[in-house]
Amino acid sequence: MAETPPPAGGAPGAPAPAAEAPKKEAPPARLEGKDASAHPWVESIRAAVPDSVVSAREYAKQICVVVAKEKIVEVARHLKDREDFRYCVDVTAVDWKRREPRFDVVYHFYSFSKNDRIRVKCGVADGQEVPSIAGVFLSANWSEREAYDMFGVRFAGHPDLRRILTWEGFHGHPLRKDFPLEGVDTGAAIYPEEWPEGGGPAANDPNRKVVS
Amino acid sequence: MSHEKPILEHPEVPTLFDVQEMELNFGPQHPSTHGVLRLVLKVDGEKILEARPEIGYLHRGTEKLFETQTYPMGIPHTDRMDYTAAATNNHAFCLTIEKLLNLEIPRRAQLIRVILDELQRLASHLVWLGTSGIDLGAVTPFWYCFREREQILDFFEEYCGARLTLNCMRIGGLPFDLTPGWTERLSEFVDDLPARIDDYEQLLTENRIWKRRTIGVGVISGEECIERGLTGPVLRGSGVEWDLRRAQPYECYEELDFVIPTRKNGDTYDRYIVRVQEMRQSVRILRQCLDRLEPGEIRGKVPRVIKPPAEEVYASIESPKGELGFYCVSNGSNRPYRLHCRPPSFINLQALPRLAKGHLISDLVALIGTIDIVLGEVDR
Repeated sequence: MAETPPPAGGAPGAPAPAAEAPKKEAPPARLEGKDASAHPWVESIRAAVPDSVVSAREYAKQICVVVAKEKIVEVARHLKDREDFRYCVDVTAVDWKRREPRFDVVYHFYSFSKNDRIRVKCGVADGQEVPSIAGVFLSANWSEREAYDMFGVRFAGHPDLRRILTWEGFHGHPLRKDFPLEGVDTGAAIYPEEWPEGGGPAANDPNRKVVS
Repeated sequence: MSHEKPILEHPEVPTLFDVQEMELNFGPQHPSTHGVLRLVLKVDGEKILEARPEIGYLHRGTEKLFETQTYPMGIPHTDRMDYTAAATNNHAFCLTIEKLLNLEIPRRAQLIRVILDELQRLASHLVWLGTSGIDLGAVTPFWYCFREREQILDFFEEYCGARLTLNCMRIGGLPFDLTPGWTERLSEFVDDLPARIDDYEQLLTENRIWKRRTIGVGVISGEECIERGLTGPVLRGSGVEWDLRRAQPYECYEELDFVIPTRKNGDTYDRYIVRVQEMRQSVRILRQCLDRLEPGEIRGKVPRVIKPPAEEVYASIESPKGELGFYCVSNGSNRPYRLHCRPPSFINLQALPRLAKGHLISDLVALIGTIDIVLGEVDR
């Protein structure tokens, strides 16, 4: 798992480490990320939902707007109704381990009329809730469940916030950076008669690494 | 002798005729679920009142694995997601990293990538056609479809040594050039294919049983498809002419001449027609690519150690199932900080309860087939 200093603000825009190894081949020209606060979509969000936009950034022609998490439903509804971003492509999260707030919840929206995408992010601390956008976009339902299952980010107002890929009773959230790659003891919840609570391979069990 | 209470009136035993609803487990080991999908059905007789998918049986933590390995080491993991279409998975992954690195890939590599993609689309649609035929009792098309699919897998095998988990693309290009004679043999196969597709259509398109089982089953409107995030042939079967190969062209799709097949009704039969038409368009694309193929480089200028800038990108392609995207967050090291896959099967499966509601259990089998899910991709 990568050890990095957490980037400032909401965007992971910290400059890359300067160590560029070989000189044999010319490295490809690097794109520069730039501030996109003046982009019309960002302006439109700012005008429609006051105090929502924290920052905006553009990289590889992709607009990424960081908004306050309390405003995410309003922003989503504005993008859907006024800016014609009718298709919610994806909802996911990123764990920034040592940053505060710890998680980014990342939304991708697509507009058929503009034929373009926008990325919206909001920071959320461990244990805090993000308002669910499943009421605005039906397709966000399972994606939010997945983000909850994998990261433990809870979505307030979600119609059916259960784990989706793991099972109810699973310990931990697998995509958090502090979740061990070799897995955790999972025996207890499914067969309590066979595996008592705390059963399964112990922390110092040499075979434990095999489980992944 | 006193009578005992008749069993039907006994308070603790439910009467057989009062039972209106029951819960039924469909899968995870049911052959028509195309993998390990479990559906908890609430049924009234044969009628489905509610279907609740329970997924995750194939969850292997692919996204976690991406984070622990270098960028090129992620490509083989993508093979295992949609295992009927490994080439398109490789492609989406490589495209994302190339976007992050701002890499150009040479023209020959672009053309070969499109050829591999379209062959993969054909193979995936053939698996879909064969297996959904079997689900509805049409066994014969299966043998025809898998005959051609075997030939396609032979082409893959000759190209990269693998038949299913191809690992056939690299960041910035391709691992190998084509072997001598490959294009000629592929050319013969492509010439043959339209007649073979006619054969499948002859077995199904006007088949009365097939039509009775598919027309009007699982109707969904284009608007609702967008609302539910459905993409791929499901969206096009409902009349929305949207295909990422045309909407946001990648590689050299821009210059290729093909039609996006659409249908109006949005039922299972229309989705079948759309997929068959897509196979015909794939043949057209393959023919054009083969004509344009010229000798040249197959790998762009790729740094020896792939260390993208600390940025984030999202890139997606039109996989046989729909929009397959990757969202990559880099922190400047040689491993992705976070790599998330947007799998079409996962999002499309979400609409199954809506499609299944009110239909019979036997139609549910048709519906699982028609949204064309691969559980390896749903669960990752």
